[in-house]
Amino acid sequence: MATKRTIEVELSTTGLDREGRPQRVPLVSEGGVAVALEAPPALEPDLGGEHMLINIGPQHPATHGVLRLVLELDGETVVRCIPHIGYLHCGFEKIGEYRQYNQIIPWTDREDYLNCIGNNIAFSLGAERLFGIEITPRCTVLRVIAMELSRIASHLVWMGTTGIDIGAYTPFLWSFQERENIYNLLEGWFGARLTTSGSRVGGMAADIPDKWLEGLQGFIRTFPKTLDECDRMLTKNAIWVGRTVGLGVMSPEEAMNYGLSGPMIRASGVAYDVRRDFPYLDYETYDFDVPVGNAGDVYDRYLVRMEEMRQSVRILEQAVKRLPDGPVNVDDARVILPPKHKATSEMESMIHHFKNVMEGPRPPIGETYVAVEAPKGEKGYYFVSDGTSKPARWRIRPPSFVNLSAIPRMVEGHLLSDVIAINASIDIVMGEIDR
Amino acid sequence: MGLIPSSSAPSPVKEIANFGPISEEGWVTTRLDFLVNWGRANSLWPMPFGTACCAIEFMATAASKFDLARFGMERMGFSPRQADVLICAGRVPFKLAPVLRRIWQQMPQPKWAISMGACASTGGMFDTYAVVQGIDTIIPIDVYVPGCPPRPEALIYGIMMLQKKIMHEQMSSKTLRNEMQPDPRSQLYIPPDRIDELSEPFGNSVHQTRSAP
Amino acid sequence: MSAPFTIYQPAGEQPSTPKNLPHKGGAANPSAAAIAAQFPGAVLRSHVMWGETTVFVEQSKLHDVVQWLHDDAAQCYEYLSDVTAVEYRDAAQPMEVVWHLRSIKHRRFLRLKVQLAKTEPLEVPSVWDIYKGADWLERETFDMFGIKFAGHPDLRRILLWESFQEGHPLRKDFPLRGRLSRAQQLTNALSANPEARYSMEELSIADAFEELPLDMRARLTGDSRTGE
Repeated sequence: MATKRTIEVELSTTGLDREGRPQRVPLVSEGGVAVALEAPPALEPDLGGEHMLINIGPQHPATHGVLRLVLELDGETVVRCIPHIGYLHCGFEKIGEYRQYNQIIPWTDREDYLNCIGNNIAFSLGAERLFGIEITPRCTVLRVIAMELSRIASHLVWMGTTGIDIGAYTPFLWSFQERENIYNLLEGWFGARLTTSGSRVGGMAADIPDKWLEGLQGFIRTFPKTLDECDRMLTKNAIWVGRTVGLGVMSPEEAMNYGLSGPMIRASGVAYDVRRDFPYLDYETYDFDVPVGNAGDVYDRYLVRMEEMRQSVRILEQAVKRLPDGPVNVDDARVILPPKHKATSEMESMIHHFKNVMEGPRPPIGETYVAVEAPKGEKGYYFVSDGTSKPARWRIRPPSFVNLSAIPRMVEGHLLSDVIAINASIDIVMGEIDR
Repeated sequence: MGLIPSSSAPSPVKEIANFGPISEEGWVTTRLDFLVNWGRANSLWPMPFGTACCAIEFMATAASKFDLARFGMERMGFSPRQADVLICAGRVPFKLAPVLRRIWQQMPQPKWAISMGACASTGGMFDTYAVVQGIDTIIPIDVYVPGCPPRPEALIYGIMMLQKKIMHEQMSSKTLRNEMQPDPRSQLYIPPDRIDELSEPFGNSVHQTRSAP
Repeated sequence: MSAPFTIYQPAGEQPSTPKNLPHKGGAANPSAAAIAAQFPGAVLRSHVMWGETTVFVEQSKLHDVVQWLHDDAAQCYEYLSDVTAVEYRDAAQPMEVVWHLRSIKHRRFLRLKVQLAKTEPLEVPSVWDIYKGADWLERETFDMFGIKFAGHPDLRRILLWESFQEGHPLRKDFPLRGRLSRAQQLTNALSANPEARYSMEELSIADAFEELPLDMRARLTGDSRTGE
């Protein structure tokens, strides 16, 4: 089961040169710079001892929220893992049936709270298909910018918290420094740091403010440097490699069968990216690569996520260049409110505003399933409309829920300490899993 | 809505109002109070009980830009047995309620609790079958931080309020450190009708519980 | 690096973003016609809405259809996106169980539906033996709607706790704020002992039983299953 895999690591540490600049200081002589590390054989010989039951969570720093894992151990080897979820079940899908379409958007923020604006946009895309609305070109590009920013922000949290789990504190500080830059951009655009509620059915809550693109370009310039620093610190770090290689291997067939998505399935060697295979928001016109791993272990998931952040920067660069002028919201009286000055001065506009807010827009009878490539994987929203202003069913297809369901398969046979690394590599968000 | 065990106990607020060296006799204990409180307030060990979005803002608060370590909160304790302040960040569903109650019981005295965010404080936007409408129905709360989620500045302000509160505590006060023994039958200290009243939806919200058009 | 996996890639040209989809009609997924040809009588009807093909399958044939879609080389639906259910506000309409299937190889998307009359027992065949990913999705549908999946190995509540007595929350007759008063809900929740929440399945580990604390053993033998 354990894939034998060797990776060259640099045995070196960070030091300063004469001018005080950071520099790599090798720890071994010229003769043997590279050392091959091999993953230990996962299953130890059976000693015939009794099994032990260990409970992790729901309050545990390494479970990324309120996940609870019950592990049956043979010595230090996991024989069986039983996950328990639902400690954050808040009834999102139920409450969706009691709200109008635009009113649901604040809930999408709080469901996968690392990817707020991405969820808003995914919801809007679904609702727009249900209404039969085509959004404007400017809105399309703005949404791409917001989604890629959100992807970077989510992967940064993943990198920071996984670093803490595996024993590296510095990536957390560096990634949150970059997240603050993204927060500043989002705050300038939507007025909120985290829970943006930034999109509407048929457009966005607001156009970008003046000079916002300059801030974004500054971020595009500086962010790859931080990413390179993290890359230098982790990718060939002997501890990092030793704690991630060969863990939680999923073959391509298994990954598809378990319904994994996002970086999880791509690290297992399946080139499935919703942006490419079932495109939305004109993603097929952007030039970006889909990173794919071929070992399916925790280390490959790390590499895939790092590369995805670089590709997101590439998409951002192209989106900034092609951002057209024009209106952000569609010209559709069913969903878009009249401007404020008209609503307070003209009778018709006031009635229109009142009816749109109080009764809400009504889509035709029908159903649709719209999936986007969220940072965690394939995020789908399934709407069923019965012609009223509130959906008859609003279903969230949570990627990390399905990804997490494979954890018993991934951790069995590994050591207890590796469970933490494998769990971290899934990139779970309990708000989305339990909903 | 506190969890005061009996109505005859003196209110701690009154004692704060009377705080100060009334006579020469109290001088030593007052100075000692100041010293102890100063030490406690400036080396609080927080235990983040992060469940949802607020936990992300808590992480941002602890990270380099806002740097919670400036307030003596350098050491994050993820074990309730080595912590002073429970920071409940995020919504608490009913399934999590006994866990939160147990964590609070495991913390040693002296202990304080901060309810971070609208969901922890009142249930927030989750007025559903699954969410506790305010964790003050489970554990006593010292500081409520509003926001959804609160900005890091807001959380820091709440922590500074807690520090101020600690500075005014008196060791001689019997009510402050009264550990409540859980009632084995109900485990509830607030009367049920009071909880129902607190959890009612507020404002003009008939639309919110109506599903059909 | 030894024994790397072969990269699994979709075939054919890269599609583009669908635009101006019609509400009803349009090009149907060829798999819909293929199912009708392969299983005569199994397909009740099919339609295309907003560019997505929905096939209504007869309940007893569902497992065979999914198995064939998964195995047949020309169909190759190797990925199960979602399993869920729909209940309409109109009480006369039947409930629907929905499967969203994807073919990564052919870049196809297909929706299968089974209609369940509310007067009959809500039970559909499980596809867990075909897609392992269906495990939790089916458990969640059972938890939220009370629909049983015949053949699922471990069908129990997943998001709510095992002793949740108020019913299945996503049913339309379930009120938003639950059936009990807030105080009653809180009392029920707090009376659960969080440390008693090991399920029988976990505690049935024979080797560990002798090592368990006395009170836990007493509870196990006393048949008082608490928690989830």
